[in-house]
Amino acid sequence: MSTATEATTLRSQLRGTKKGRYADPLFKSLMTTAGVFVLFLLGVMIVRTTVDAWPVFQKEGFFGFLFGMQWTAQASNETTNPDLMLGTYGAWPFIYGTFVTAFIALVIALPLAIATALYITQAAPRRIRNSLSYWVETLAAVPSIVYGLWGLLFFVPVVLMPLFAWLESTFLGDTFLFEGPVRNVSYLAAGTVLAIMILPIMTAIIREVFSAAPQDELNAAYGMGATRWEVIRQVLLPRSTSGIVGGTMLGMGRAIGETIAVAMLVGGSQRMGYSLFFGGDSMAAHIVSTFADAYPETIIGLMAIGVALFLFTFFINILARALVWRVGRLGGDSAV
Amino acid sequence: MFTNFKSGRYVAVAAAAALLLAACGTGGGENDPGNPNAPQPATGETITLDGAGATFPTPLWQALIDDYTRNVNPNVRINYQSIGSGGGITQFKEQTVQFGSSERFLSDEDLADVEAARGCPAVQLPAVYGSVVIAFSDDQFDGLVLTADVIARVFDRDIVNFNDPAIAALNPGVDLPDVEIAPVHRSDGSGTTNVFTLYLEDEVPMWADKYGSGTEVNWAAGTIGGQGNEGVAAGIIQNPGGFGYVNQSYAIELGLPQAQVVNADGNAIYPTLEATSAGLDGLEIPESYQFSILGIGGEGYPITGAVWNFFYECGYTDAEAAELKAFWAWALGAEGDAHATELGYAPLGQAVKDRVLADLERINASN
Repeated sequence: MSTATEATTLRSQLRGTKKGRYADPLFKSLMTTAGVFVLFLLGVMIVRTTVDAWPVFQKEGFFGFLFGMQWTAQASNETTNPDLMLGTYGAWPFIYGTFVTAFIALVIALPLAIATALYITQAAPRRIRNSLSYWVETLAAVPSIVYGLWGLLFFVPVVLMPLFAWLESTFLGDTFLFEGPVRNVSYLAAGTVLAIMILPIMTAIIREVFSAAPQDELNAAYGMGATRWEVIRQVLLPRSTSGIVGGTMLGMGRAIGETIAVAMLVGGSQRMGYSLFFGGDSMAAHIVSTFADAYPETIIGLMAIGVALFLFTFFINILARALVWRVGRLGGDSAV
Repeated sequence: MFTNFKSGRYVAVAAAAALLLAACGTGGGENDPGNPNAPQPATGETITLDGAGATFPTPLWQALIDDYTRNVNPNVRINYQSIGSGGGITQFKEQTVQFGSSERFLSDEDLADVEAARGCPAVQLPAVYGSVVIAFSDDQFDGLVLTADVIARVFDRDIVNFNDPAIAALNPGVDLPDVEIAPVHRSDGSGTTNVFTLYLEDEVPMWADKYGSGTEVNWAAGTIGGQGNEGVAAGIIQNPGGFGYVNQSYAIELGLPQAQVVNADGNAIYPTLEATSAGLDGLEIPESYQFSILGIGGEGYPITGAVWNFFYECGYTDAEAAELKAFWAWALGAEGDAHATELGYAPLGQAVKDRVLADLERINASN
């Protein structure tokens, strides 16, 4: 009836307006600015902390700082001349503590996260499935100071200390890893609470990866007569390896950077020990514990720990990318 | 219509809140004893004073601030941030606060920095004393006698059991059990650690060689760190054989069993407030107020430190300066002392108080 009018309207709609011509470039430049700004911010932070911490690296040498075994803070206001600084700043005990606690956390959290994700996606009835994922995610919303307090006042003395004391009394106690005495604060106590803290993010990611597995493939396997366990082992898990690695790396990132809960539970000494029952310290925990009362020269030392943390997170990210990429190629899945 | 109803409700809520506030205001006014020493700002405007520093005196400062702003002068607001002694010194140097508090005094170097930045000297005045006590997990050890040497060797992990001959020799007739000692220290940098290690450094040559003093020292392997007073208390209570140092006020609050410490005259003294005050009787305090409390004898408890407040000699408004002087002068008075002793701190002696009161007048004096 009114084809002509419709065509006119359509044409006028399609005709480029001034606004329309500028919208695209404008939006693009806005996005570019935002992206560049993030990079710029990160760059400024890294450069600034490195410059501030430079005297410590000059004094100890870069590797002397990373692998030095002794950390002795001293009282001076010297922040520029490395020759006038009185303390000794070797960060290895904190670096070691960071990795030990993060590793313990991963060892405990990874199987739990995979099992929880499997249960949620494959086995649980719908009603339980929803509420369980909800509760696991609630764990992520608990502030870390609450984990710290709960760990210090309840979980460690009531649950972990008896468990650790039992571990120590078994044959494990004769190995260097579980050598006593068992105290309330230790690498193992901090690592165990860290495991609970990184569990939600790992579970959430792994669950997503599992649910992204094509149902047809699973059904095909079931159709061939595979049992549920065989489907999980031979179809679901291989397909999801890269996602599991990615989730693990994210959990590891959180475990390395976690500060206050670790500070309350790890022991807070400037030394390290190979027993998991030893009370050591992690990088982030040492910074938060001592900066408030530190003399200017020690604050520079803490800055240097911050730089080391930057470096480690950076390398872990690269490692994670490389791993995901490699595993993805091997498994024929590049989803993540 | 609905919007109208809603906004109407908000108005009602706001009105109720305003009424409530007004009621509180008048209530505070009625309780005001009308201290004549408290100069009310002429304009009737609220004066805000910001302070920052040591965590150790925080409970006392909060009690003082609460009492003062409620009952003495409702026109002043005092905010105190307990960010640690080092933080207090830094904030004071950077002039972001009106006063700083610290468990260590400003060195001549610090004072020169402040003077260069502010353009006038700083005043530092002692405010209150506090003792550091050795606390245990087990009630049977209450009153156990220890010397500086034994304490140092416990934290050095040289003495590792309560039945060690060195402890037995100090406690004849006490049945000491075979329990491994778990020494607990502060893992965060703390003025309490500074007071404790300063005492050991002064008394024990071994300690001076190996550890020295400071807000954090390089603790021996096998000792346990606790984050803050709470962390140390948890470490003492949860570990069998717990043995740690905390502020006297904190130990009193928790009712922890404590050690008697042998002082410079060889007397074993249980940490009470009287013993802390007794130790300070003969204390010589220099003009600069830069002093450490060491070598206490007589009936005095030997591990004691002071808290200093820092002010500037210029740059406050007249109202701020007047309020600062009024508040801290009031804090040194009878009400302040009552709060201090109730919370487990030892007030300054009268002679020192008089000097500090006189020196409070230096605030803003070179404006």
